[in-house]
Amino acid sequence: MSRNDVLVTADWAQEHIGAPGIVFVEVDEDTSAYDKGHIEGAVKLDWRTDLQDPLRRDFVDREQFEQLLSERGIGNDDTVVLYGGNNNWFAAYAYWYFKLYGHSDVKLIDGGRKKWELDSRPLSTDAVSRPATQYKASEPDTSIRAFRDEVVAAIGEKNLVDVRSPDEFAGKLVAPAHLPQEGAQRPGHIPTAVNVPWSKAANEDGTFKSDEELAKLYAEAGLDTGKDTIAYCRIGERSSHTWFVLRELLGHQNVKNYDGSWTEYGSLVGVPIEKGA
Amino acid sequence: MCGAPKQGGTLAGVDLATQTVIQGQVWHDGAPVAGAYVRLLDATDEFTAEVVTSPEGEFRFFAAPGAWKLRSLAPVGRGERALTADVGLNETTVAIA
Repeated sequence: MSRNDVLVTADWAQEHIGAPGIVFVEVDEDTSAYDKGHIEGAVKLDWRTDLQDPLRRDFVDREQFEQLLSERGIGNDDTVVLYGGNNNWFAAYAYWYFKLYGHSDVKLIDGGRKKWELDSRPLSTDAVSRPATQYKASEPDTSIRAFRDEVVAAIGEKNLVDVRSPDEFAGKLVAPAHLPQEGAQRPGHIPTAVNVPWSKAANEDGTFKSDEELAKLYAEAGLDTGKDTIAYCRIGERSSHTWFVLRELLGHQNVKNYDGSWTEYGSLVGVPIEKGA
Repeated sequence: MCGAPKQGGTLAGVDLATQTVIQGQVWHDGAPVAGAYVRLLDATDEFTAEVVTSPEGEFRFFAAPGAWKLRSLAPVGRGERALTADVGLNETTVAIA
């Protein structure tokens, strides 16, 4: 994998609107953003109602994912081009999710919705419908997904990258500051985790920094490239952004996203927690 | 669980005895700016959160007491404002020159 395989520019995206075999997919945290205007022809995925099981805290299963993609008209051979708000947090989450279920050709629009809007590129409010497909998903690839026991066992053994803001890492905030500071879990971070906020990997317009800048960022943070890495945040979306950087842009092997993240870890009974910078 | 709350609107349900709310509007050329990106930076200038302003140009953050900076980015330009927040409601305006 290299940058050109997994990332497209806004210019490329605009030139490929309506191109056969390419499906644009918008995934936002603010799920009403799509309805206010989207890239022409783009379908919407709601990260909460489409990608989470309605009852248990987990993903939709393989059959549900197949049904979802079939309904939205996405085929196994299509190139899926993802973009979204919040500097592509949820688009990166969806990218990771598509990879988990084995979709081969997935890309992100560099800068996502933010760059698109800042460039004043066209948005459409036309309803989009695509003919249904018969999508077939693979079994979930757990080589890219970390679970809690693995995370506890990784303390002092593997690279743990906490990608939340410094104030969340230190335990001063328990959620990103655009959300109310609630939640029963304890503030802080997993011992031995290094804090490399996801935002350090992005430019102000939401695009990713260059490979050279990114390599330097994680080297300076003390990431040992000889070790496996687990990235986490609060619910697993910002850490998908960093997972994308480490595995897809920088080509690190054995990088997992811990989607349980702080909302799970910080609520576990008896696990060690550290506070402070 | 997550899901960015709608910007602007009432503070009903927000406990101002415990929350440190930073809110306000982005202005340019005598009018509020809708759809502007506003990011909250901590005392070391590190990104803490970002929202998109409402049709009335409003933004809102849930922070902690201390020194913060707001930076706004929009097709019309950029603006910045530093502030010190306390528990409760902290209102401010970010002007894009």
